[in-house]
Amino acid sequence: MRFTRGIAVVVLALFAGNAVHAGVLPEERTDIAYQLYTGGGVDINVPHVLVRKQAGSSLSFVGSYYIDMVSSASIDVITTASPYTEERKQWSLGMDYLRGNTIMTVNYTSTEESDYDGSNVAFAVSQDMFGDLTTISLSYSYSDDLVGNSSDPTFEEELKRQQYGVGLTQILSRNLISSLNFTVITDEGYLNNPYRSVRYADPGTALGYSYESELYPNTRTSSALGIRMKYYLPWRAAVEGEYRFFTDTWDIDSNTASLSYTQPFGPWTFTGKYRWHDQTGASFFADIFPRSEATNFRGRDKELSPLTSHTVRLKAAYEFIGGADGWKFIEKASINASVDLMHFDYHEFKDLSTGAPFPDEPLYEMDAVVFQLFFSFWY
Amino acid sequence: MRSKLFSRLLLSLLLMAGLSACSGIEPWVKPYERDRLADPIMAFDPDPVSSSFMQHAYESREGARGGEGAAGGGCGCN
Repeated sequence: MRFTRGIAVVVLALFAGNAVHAGVLPEERTDIAYQLYTGGGVDINVPHVLVRKQAGSSLSFVGSYYIDMVSSASIDVITTASPYTEERKQWSLGMDYLRGNTIMTVNYTSTEESDYDGSNVAFAVSQDMFGDLTTISLSYSYSDDLVGNSSDPTFEEELKRQQYGVGLTQILSRNLISSLNFTVITDEGYLNNPYRSVRYADPGTALGYSYESELYPNTRTSSALGIRMKYYLPWRAAVEGEYRFFTDTWDIDSNTASLSYTQPFGPWTFTGKYRWHDQTGASFFADIFPRSEATNFRGRDKELSPLTSHTVRLKAAYEFIGGADGWKFIEKASINASVDLMHFDYHEFKDLSTGAPFPDEPLYEMDAVVFQLFFSFWY
Repeated sequence: MRSKLFSRLLLSLLLMAGLSACSGIEPWVKPYERDRLADPIMAFDPDPVSSSFMQHAYESREGARGGEGAAGGGCGCN
């Protein structure tokens, strides 16, 4: 259920992506993908399809559907629960309306799994100005979710999220384009994971500690400012840099930076990318609390721990239909394969699966790999 | 009262100056000079299905969210 909560973030970001080409409707395309995340005891297989089609010269419709097939024996699961499998289905429908230099967008997304239902409505408007060198976008989205618990049919809690975004895309020279995005997100409701526990020192037990339910604040507000720059190199290649600063009311501050390079060779296009992320921990995070109910709020979610992550990406794309003629109604088609190698170092979250005695457990670290294979068709 | 009037006058002048400055901006990259920026390798988000998956994986694995101008969706869980 954890991953369900990002819908609002995701839908709003979709609009920010459109802002790069405000004044022109998004390209008509279909993507059919198979995606796999594996690491830290978790496997997620995802068939994913996205279709975008224009109706006339001013309307564009988009629909997407995917299924997360999750098999989990993560560090949290093996220390306090039992491995499980589950499915999540998500679909979304959206529409873009172009009028002059303005694009108005509306999108609805629904997600469903055995213990979580979510829906999101999003609106955005983007406007080209100053000879189409500048695009400004404004966006808003609202999510209304229901959190359940598979072991307690009577458990039902609400979670509402609002997201506000402002984006600016600026052409700086004939080789350089930049983008600035500012996002504020407010959550209100049940932000816990109903299955997760925290541990506290309990000298009377054999392990030296016991577990109790985590308890999060019912509100969270976060702000993120991101900047991207992309530069066209003289030998037809592109280099992109990206930086994001994030802060929230749970005292998590983070810095994220990445650098990527794209090089085409005939019908092939190769991309390499390195991404770095570093964050402080939430104010109510602790690997172990001094006693039961020691603080008003408590959490031992490793994502709320101070951590550093590194990702290296390699991607290859091969255009098998292209050129001036295309094939039948397809103008261009490509097959794409990518691998992302991720490594996470947790600075306070300890690994309880090693058998080391309390309090000498090592800090947890994790590797994960994301494989993606997809076909893209433009028409 | 006088200071209020002065403030309004000053604000009006600043707004007018700002607007006149805007009207004077000439696009310094002409439309016919944007062929490189239009190259598909210069797209910020060339693969929305892929970037949405990665973005959601990061949001599930890290404490940060938002501020990215790329598409979303996908997964990454406990």
